[in-house]
Amino acid sequence: MRDTIRFLRRGEIVELDSVGATETLLDYLRLRQGQTGTKEGCGEGDCGACTVALGRLVKGKLVYQPVNSCILLLGMVDGAELVTVEDLAQDDRLHPVQQAMVDLHGSQCGFCTPGFIMSLFTLYHAEDVTRTRKTVTDWLAGNLCRCTGYRPIVDAALETCFRATDDAFTWRANETREQLQYLADSRDIFVGDGDGFFSAPSSLDGLAALYGQHPDATLIAGGTDVGLWITKHLRELPKMIWLGRIEGLDRVEDSPSGVLIGSTATYTATERAVTGISQDLGELWRRIGSKQVRASGTVGGNIANGSPIGDTPPALIALGATLELQSAEGSRAIALEDFFLQYGRQDRQPGEFVTGLFVPRLSANQAFRCYKISKRFDQDISSVMGAFRFTVEEGHIVASRIAYGGMAGTPMRASNAEKALSGAELDNPSTWGEAMKALLSDFDPLSDMRASAGYRMETARALLAKALMEISGTAPGDIRISSRRGADNDRAA
Amino acid sequence: MTVQPDRKQEPIALRTVRKALPHDSAEKHVSGTATYIDDAIEPTGTLHVAPGWARHAVRGKLVSLDLSEVRATPGVIAVLTSEDIPGTNDCSSAFGDDPVLAEDEILFFGQVAFAVVAQTRDIARRAALKGKIDVAPITPILTPDDAVAADTTVLPDYQFRRGSPETGLQASKNILSGSMNIGGQEHFYLEGQVAMATPQEDNGMLVLSSTQHPTEIQHTVAKVLGVPDATVTAEVRRMGGGFGGKESQANQWAALAALAARKTGKTCKVRLDRDDDMIMTGKRHDFKVNWKVGHDDTGLIRAVDLEFLARCGYSADLSLGVNDRTMFHADSSYFYPDASIRSRRLRTDTCSNTAFRGFGGPQGMLAAERLIDAIAISLGKDPLTVRKLNFYDGKRNVTPYGMPVEEFEVMHDLISTLETRSEYWIRREEISAFNENNAVLKKGLALTPVKFGISFTLKHLNQAGALVHLYTDGSIHLNHGGTEMGQGLYQKVAQVVAEEFGVTMDKVVITATNTSKVPNTGPTAASSGTDLNAMAAKIAAREIKSRLISMLCETHQCGPDMVLFSDNKVLVGDRSYTLAEVARQGYTGRIQMSHAGFYATPGITWDRETVSGRPFYYFAFGGACSEVTIDTMTGEMIVDRVDILHDVGHSLNPAIDLGQIEGGFVQGMGWLTTEELVWDEEGRLRTHAPSTYKIPTASDIPDHFDVQLYESTGNPQDTVYRSKAVGEPPVMLANSVFCAINDAVASLAPFEVPSLDAPATPEAIMRAVQDMRRRKAGA
Repeated sequence: MRDTIRFLRRGEIVELDSVGATETLLDYLRLRQGQTGTKEGCGEGDCGACTVALGRLVKGKLVYQPVNSCILLLGMVDGAELVTVEDLAQDDRLHPVQQAMVDLHGSQCGFCTPGFIMSLFTLYHAEDVTRTRKTVTDWLAGNLCRCTGYRPIVDAALETCFRATDDAFTWRANETREQLQYLADSRDIFVGDGDGFFSAPSSLDGLAALYGQHPDATLIAGGTDVGLWITKHLRELPKMIWLGRIEGLDRVEDSPSGVLIGSTATYTATERAVTGISQDLGELWRRIGSKQVRASGTVGGNIANGSPIGDTPPALIALGATLELQSAEGSRAIALEDFFLQYGRQDRQPGEFVTGLFVPRLSANQAFRCYKISKRFDQDISSVMGAFRFTVEEGHIVASRIAYGGMAGTPMRASNAEKALSGAELDNPSTWGEAMKALLSDFDPLSDMRASAGYRMETARALLAKALMEISGTAPGDIRISSRRGADNDRAA
Repeated sequence: MTVQPDRKQEPIALRTVRKALPHDSAEKHVSGTATYIDDAIEPTGTLHVAPGWARHAVRGKLVSLDLSEVRATPGVIAVLTSEDIPGTNDCSSAFGDDPVLAEDEILFFGQVAFAVVAQTRDIARRAALKGKIDVAPITPILTPDDAVAADTTVLPDYQFRRGSPETGLQASKNILSGSMNIGGQEHFYLEGQVAMATPQEDNGMLVLSSTQHPTEIQHTVAKVLGVPDATVTAEVRRMGGGFGGKESQANQWAALAALAARKTGKTCKVRLDRDDDMIMTGKRHDFKVNWKVGHDDTGLIRAVDLEFLARCGYSADLSLGVNDRTMFHADSSYFYPDASIRSRRLRTDTCSNTAFRGFGGPQGMLAAERLIDAIAISLGKDPLTVRKLNFYDGKRNVTPYGMPVEEFEVMHDLISTLETRSEYWIRREEISAFNENNAVLKKGLALTPVKFGISFTLKHLNQAGALVHLYTDGSIHLNHGGTEMGQGLYQKVAQVVAEEFGVTMDKVVITATNTSKVPNTGPTAASSGTDLNAMAAKIAAREIKSRLISMLCETHQCGPDMVLFSDNKVLVGDRSYTLAEVARQGYTGRIQMSHAGFYATPGITWDRETVSGRPFYYFAFGGACSEVTIDTMTGEMIVDRVDILHDVGHSLNPAIDLGQIEGGFVQGMGWLTTEELVWDEEGRLRTHAPSTYKIPTASDIPDHFDVQLYESTGNPQDTVYRSKAVGEPPVMLANSVFCAINDAVASLAPFEVPSLDAPATPEAIMRAVQDMRRRKAGA
């Protein structure tokens, strides 16, 4: 047991024995340390002004990820190297990404700039990235700028972020790795007392025991949702259990039958594996939140919080994913769609937690499509999300799994439409009509700030039609606008 | 007024003016060392203030306010209500209708009813939730239609009228009419509203405020505290964005901070949570526009009747100027022989709409572009042809409010250059072919003009002061009444002062805007920051310089043309001094090396009462060509390509100007596409955070985004180094995106005018698409 949290900063190990259960990293920096370079823009992880970099060892490699410090708990920095905007310049010389932002006029009011600098810093250190505008705009989707219109910032990234790294972090990388290895112990963390604590068990058994003892505790994985309970809803959450240190819970196992995703595996960590299942699934992953959100947010969390507008559940349900849950009593597996009981209620017992998810691969006679519709293309929550898996034999649809988000209080299958589509001829649009009609009886969507009920219903039907057109090859020309985005960008680079 | 272009240009070799220097704070921005108000070191014992408000009430009488639980919260030092205000409970700019704290009525969703002063911001925010506010609700008036039905306004109606639009319409071969909804816009400055007040001796108060209008902060705080203006000092070094949202909307938070500081004797800080900020502060006005246009078969406009119904919110705020500017820009760049342009300033039970970059102009211009598109579509002509046909020219060059468009040639040249550069006609062919071959995806193209009037239409605001000191080491202290919100004003003014003294930029020290240095200023707004303040600073610098020149002439017995300030030197005949040496000579010679420069824009004669005179010193021009693709199954849209040409006269700093143009365009594009303000049926704003309110992000910018400065022969008016204002005009370049979307929708049914409303969200586009399909099926 360890009663402190430890992280690396400016080459030194920082050890804190006082960590609030809900204390955010941003509050630690600004209020405790008086380091005001990192800004609060929105307090909900949507603007990126508070972006800092966390360096961790991933399979022995030092990887820097951008995170939103406003909704990241201080305790979650444990074991990482923390880098903020104040840490980049060396001996009064600006870091290359800072210099490029000055030279190319990438700042105006300057308030978002520290966040951009830190995102650019992580891109500067990223491996396996290709020098395209699309790479850059993906990377920066979580950083909002209201002044510049982004062009000079993207140019600054293209100019500096794809060169061989040559900065103080590169020079001392070996030492950093050693220090991070030293920090990577396997002790349980518990800071505080029985009435209020920040804890991070290192094993599933430890979690089961602790959660059994404190079933009123809050489980936190990436914190991209729980963070808002703290900063926006001002909820009192005195007992916090962070899942991020549990050995093996972040596993991603790619096998011929499918992909097993541990519940604390982040979107970033699973992107490659899910893209292997379907290009559409990979593109959906890319459009979830932002780089910062994907670096912290977990697939398990997106499911466990039961949001009706979570982007992954409809796609995973259509793919026939199963969910694994565990408690002190034992473990069980259920079909993912059965987990969502109704709005705000999931099939999760007190003391029970999600351990993982299995996503089966498509068989040769199956086709999958998914579409996310939102007001803004990147870093937005969908107004309608549609996902479709059709099993086709001899030109007929023999089975289908159709799931939507944003159409009901939970992510939900369109069972009437599925039935109506059974036996339809794939390349004969006149046989799809019943399914289109059936959608009307499957859903009764709500109107809210994202879309009206009418638009949701119309779009749900359009997406089903689109999936069928694409899969059958009956589309009248190009019908997918998202594939046009960034297409030129890729070529241009 | 006849303009005599003074083509006698500046000194031949400019050393700092015209240079693409970085923003004055660029290195600090990227290092995290640029200090915003919340970053300032807090004096010991600083307290934090959080607003308390009724989270469900929209409009109704305040029945009771139970704050006992708030007061009992550990760490709470004080709770403020309207009864704690020693002076006047008002933070409005002019009309006296904006309570700092609610008195007996809740006027809109988000009105502040009380304020908590606590040891930490967290304690204050949590305690603020414990207030029990009982409101007797009444049915609120929410939309322009509601307000028209109830006949409620914040200000009297106003109109421009020329000729006889009734007769003109009757005489027209074709008449078109329609109505259009234009949404508002949240500023989404990245730095939210913030103020920090520290009590001083003798009832004094020092207020640091993120404001575009320090003088109004000073006056508001003095008014609320009931003390003389002279006891209050307001200061701002920089804002993390303003965009009009900190012109009047910063007042309330400065007043609350000062009130708390007066009550507790401690430094008090107010920093709004983002959601509170978005709920409580005013936004760009949303409009319903009823339009009617008469034209001939070529598309030439004969008469126009435009009615602008603006949702102003619960109070007048800046709605007078905003709505006047809508009317001033309801012509876009087009000559209306007969015109009636009417404006209603409607009172609704919503937050009080306010200044936003463009100040009503964008809405007026967008309505004009709708007229043109409607004419073109109904005649089966290309909209660009109809636009050019109706442009102001040598004969038809007087606006509906009587001001001549003297630079119509600049407008023509700029648009035709852009027409060529953007390959408009080639792409028009390509797009037609694309649309022929694609049933689901449709493309649209539009090239739209910008003509924006530069000056405050409230004449007295067109003045500015600057304070320049030359110290004996040769360093120069620069201060002026303009505020820095990212637009690069400080750097441009410093460049002008450096040029005047012939020194490098490092010799000019930029200092925070402060009401005790330069008093009685106007807001930094109306794009006029540089025009006004750089001129005032230039006058101040020139005065100091001329005193030194007189001294040197006397010492050296030479004429003033023998003295040259250049390259950090002062040359007197064949002798060379450093500026420090000359400054020391000045000091020992008892020369005053400080001057308060003052500038008032000449030639502005607008009289609102009689609807006559000249409201603008000059116009700034621009043009943009945008291409988009829409998905007619889902309403999704992407901007494929944008080409922009914009007129900044002779640029003071091309890098800064380019940044204003690009950023303004993207902000306008957000307003017209993804940025949607949604109120629920009860009148509660539902889009009050970036999770639900979507400003553009990096991937929304097209790969082909070509932005260039127009090759100007200089502003014909005698502005500072013949430059032109650039802050607001570029916002309206984004009208091209909206018109391109409209063009794409129009491709679905020939001769049918789409009913697209702004913002063109996927849902709005689908509504217009389905309407076209219905009409096509019905035809």
